[in-house]
Amino acid sequence: MLTRLTLTEARAGLAARKFSARDLAKAHLDAIDRLNPKLNAYITVLPEKDVLAAADAADARYANGTARAMEGLPVGVKDLFCTKGVKTTAASKILANFIPLYESTVTARLLDAGSVFVGKTNLDEFAMGSANITSAFGSVLNPWQRKGDEATALVPGGSSGGSAAAVAAGLALAATGTDTGGSIRQPAAFCGIVGLKPTYGRCSRWGTIAYASSLDQAGPMTRTVADAGLMLEAMAGFDEKDSTCSNRPVPAFAQAVGKSVKGLRVGIPAEYRAPGLSPEISAMWEQGIAWLRDAGCEIVDVSLPHTKYGLATYYIIAPAECSSNLARYDGIRFGVRKDAPTLDGVYELTRAEGFGEEVRNRILMGTYVLSAGYYDAYYLKAQKVRTLIKRDFVQAFEQVDVLLTPTAPSAAFAQGENADDPVQMYLNDIFTVPASMAGVPALSVPVGLDAKGLPLGLQIIGRHFDEETVLSVGGALEAAAGFAHTPTLHAEAGA
Amino acid sequence: MSYIIEGKTGSWEIVVGLEVHAQIISHSKLFSGASTKFGGEPNSQVSLVDAAFPGMLPVINRECVAQAVRTGLGLNARINLQSRFDRKNYFYADLPQGYQISQFEHPIVGEGSIEIELAGGETRQIGITRLHMEQDAGKLLHDQDPTRSFVDLNRSGVALMEIVSEPDIRAPEEAGAYLRKLRQILRYLGTCDGNMDEGSMRADVNVSVRKAGEPFRTRCEIKNVNSIRFVMQAIEIEAARQVEIWENGGEVDQETRLFDPGRGETRTMRSKEDAHDYRYFPDPDLLPLVIEQEWVDGLKAALPELPDAKRARFQQQYGVPFYDAGVLVAEQSVADFFETVAKGRDGKLAVTWVTGELFSALNRTGRTIENSPVSADALGKMLDLIADGTINGKIAKDVFEDMVETGESPDAIVEKKGLKQVTDTGVIDAAVDAIMAKHADKVAEYRSGKDKLFGFFVGQVMKETKGKANPALVNDALKAKLDA
Repeated sequence: MLTRLTLTEARAGLAARKFSARDLAKAHLDAIDRLNPKLNAYITVLPEKDVLAAADAADARYANGTARAMEGLPVGVKDLFCTKGVKTTAASKILANFIPLYESTVTARLLDAGSVFVGKTNLDEFAMGSANITSAFGSVLNPWQRKGDEATALVPGGSSGGSAAAVAAGLALAATGTDTGGSIRQPAAFCGIVGLKPTYGRCSRWGTIAYASSLDQAGPMTRTVADAGLMLEAMAGFDEKDSTCSNRPVPAFAQAVGKSVKGLRVGIPAEYRAPGLSPEISAMWEQGIAWLRDAGCEIVDVSLPHTKYGLATYYIIAPAECSSNLARYDGIRFGVRKDAPTLDGVYELTRAEGFGEEVRNRILMGTYVLSAGYYDAYYLKAQKVRTLIKRDFVQAFEQVDVLLTPTAPSAAFAQGENADDPVQMYLNDIFTVPASMAGVPALSVPVGLDAKGLPLGLQIIGRHFDEETVLSVGGALEAAAGFAHTPTLHAEAGA
Repeated sequence: MSYIIEGKTGSWEIVVGLEVHAQIISHSKLFSGASTKFGGEPNSQVSLVDAAFPGMLPVINRECVAQAVRTGLGLNARINLQSRFDRKNYFYADLPQGYQISQFEHPIVGEGSIEIELAGGETRQIGITRLHMEQDAGKLLHDQDPTRSFVDLNRSGVALMEIVSEPDIRAPEEAGAYLRKLRQILRYLGTCDGNMDEGSMRADVNVSVRKAGEPFRTRCEIKNVNSIRFVMQAIEIEAARQVEIWENGGEVDQETRLFDPGRGETRTMRSKEDAHDYRYFPDPDLLPLVIEQEWVDGLKAALPELPDAKRARFQQQYGVPFYDAGVLVAEQSVADFFETVAKGRDGKLAVTWVTGELFSALNRTGRTIENSPVSADALGKMLDLIADGTINGKIAKDVFEDMVETGESPDAIVEKKGLKQVTDTGVIDAAVDAIMAKHADKVAEYRSGKDKLFGFFVGQVMKETKGKANPALVNDALKAKLDA
């Protein structure tokens, strides 16, 4: 049962010496051995001896009483975080051979808290995608299957699809994700786990490969809300190496879970009742409202009038930033290079071969919206709309403490669905993008299964730097929903 | 003074604006901790940020901001308490990020001005449009291998100030005067060493021509000119080229050009059609740069005295003539030398000695003021010997030559060579008597009204005393005895 534990349970079990960190690590490496060939959740699995050495060091600390918050807990790391001496690819061919000389701030903090990394999880190339089908190292399979249609391969969501699949299937107790427009929350919802996108600036971006700098934010992907709090505590905090990182103190997030939510005001944004929203999602949302009302929350109707512009705005700003952020992948200093007789030729061949189609699409879109004559109409206007979207949230939070919405407009879809229609694919982010644009924290909590047996998630959005209230409400929702399902493909399925 | 090109169709004036890139003096780069030292082994001063490794982020160097603000203050310019960094996007092998971080829309320094001085002492104000901070690029080495180019990133990320002038310049000499004055101010401030031959100061020159009273015509930008002389030459040559095009019924194209001093021509580097679309946008890795007025005030209070102020003070405090004061403040080290000499002494005497004997000695020995064979203190001591009557001005010149030669102190030289001035009136009287006896005829002429002969007697007495007699006492004694 070691691969079914929560972080909190595993930490307690280790502390009580019910099992060793070595046992825990071995169980996970074993699960990866068996399931990763099918799920493709990991791009790189760390060498067994390294993982076991880290576990042994953790055991030593438990033995001498110096165990830290995440001591001995097996964690997967999205392959967008640079890890010293461990290949870091961003799921791109262009970085297929890149081994960083440095450890990202977030992963360094997790290591400092005692985490045992087991591998680098798969993702959409450069975190661009909502289905984890753009990875240069192959798609990730969702461990969940439709009831009665087990043959259809489902996507885990994206871009942190490998992390979500790994946590759901028992290949890690928890994993790091990054969220730019929904890349933690949507895969968490698709895979029946908890995913938290913290406030922009809560976690340092240093050493995390950039997609869209003004939106990218690292966060935890876990099995419970309390675990998300515990792990965020280890990841977050001021970093002088990231100018956009906040110097606010890091609260004891885990303690926020279980706190009474009585009297909290929960806003239901009218604009999220989008036409075409599936009745099942709608019903699940109503159920969530009822649970929170029962827990003593006051339900308030609110309006976020600029919601409808969120997706269009996002798909201007994020590609604009990515077109510039990805310019450094030119084949000159690191990564893959394709030689050519001229410098421009090197750029053209290297980037044409190194980047996949989705990344190229976004670079082209971003280059276009920043170009002379179009800047004002696209980028500048999008920035103005972004300000309005942010203001919507600030004004809503004058009336309510949190907002409750669905995380995604559907449950996990099949590989191949939506694949030929990028706009349809982009619509997956419709509920997650506005919070990203505003920079506010948002949490996805699994609350139930649809008729086909696939998990559904609800999203709780809070004020800037008020992850605590978000976690409290998330905890209440989790308790009411009592989601205890595991996917068909699980390390201990049938065991 | 005006610079006019006489063409077939009439007179043309030139319109010039300069964009000067000045490397900020700082220990580390604009957004990284790597060293900025000149002349290091290739790629020995490169951080992961400068090489644009994945996930690396820029962090602004506070000292570079302070240097930019100091420079703005030195240019009497508006300091913008809020400014912003933008990305200028283009691909090149010396630009690891694929963009240069610069300040496009909101520079840290706004309008200011520089007063330039032209031949004949005429002065003019040249407007400063703005000053902004930006990163320098790396350097490509094409001469290391027959088929490949190498990249040296030591310079990548070093802080530059781009100082943009208004199109106020109307003559090549004015451009030269502007650059010299700007360099002087930067050096006084300690914000840029101004060494154009090391590339730490370089200029882009915008040139157009027009007939009197016309609005501006199309301009060309001559990139990266690396000496003041070349800037002046490039303006002359480019203006002549443009006049010829207009006068032959042609049209000057707005383009970027290169100056080739060897061939004495400018030629096209990039036409307008090939101009880059830099896709500027605010750098999302950096917050807007917000500084406090209080901090700016503190920097202002700590600024060194600038050349114009120093010149005025030298005139007023030491009675130095306007022209000489300009010579003294041209370089801070000279001004400091002078002030050490002049402090508490006769300023006029000090300036005569510094710009006269000292400068010619430096010239002769090929030394600079920094390693002058005579220190400011020693020269001062020598002036003291003149002032207290130990030696007279004539002997002082000999003493000074000895000082240049031997490096010995003036009193030691005076002592050793027995050059002490004769102030014993008995000795002087005796000499006067002897001369008067020897030249009784001249005495008679003098007494009959030929007072011009007085100088002759002075000379003879000085000769008699080997130049050591105190000239004032000689005068007194002669006057008394001749007029008796």
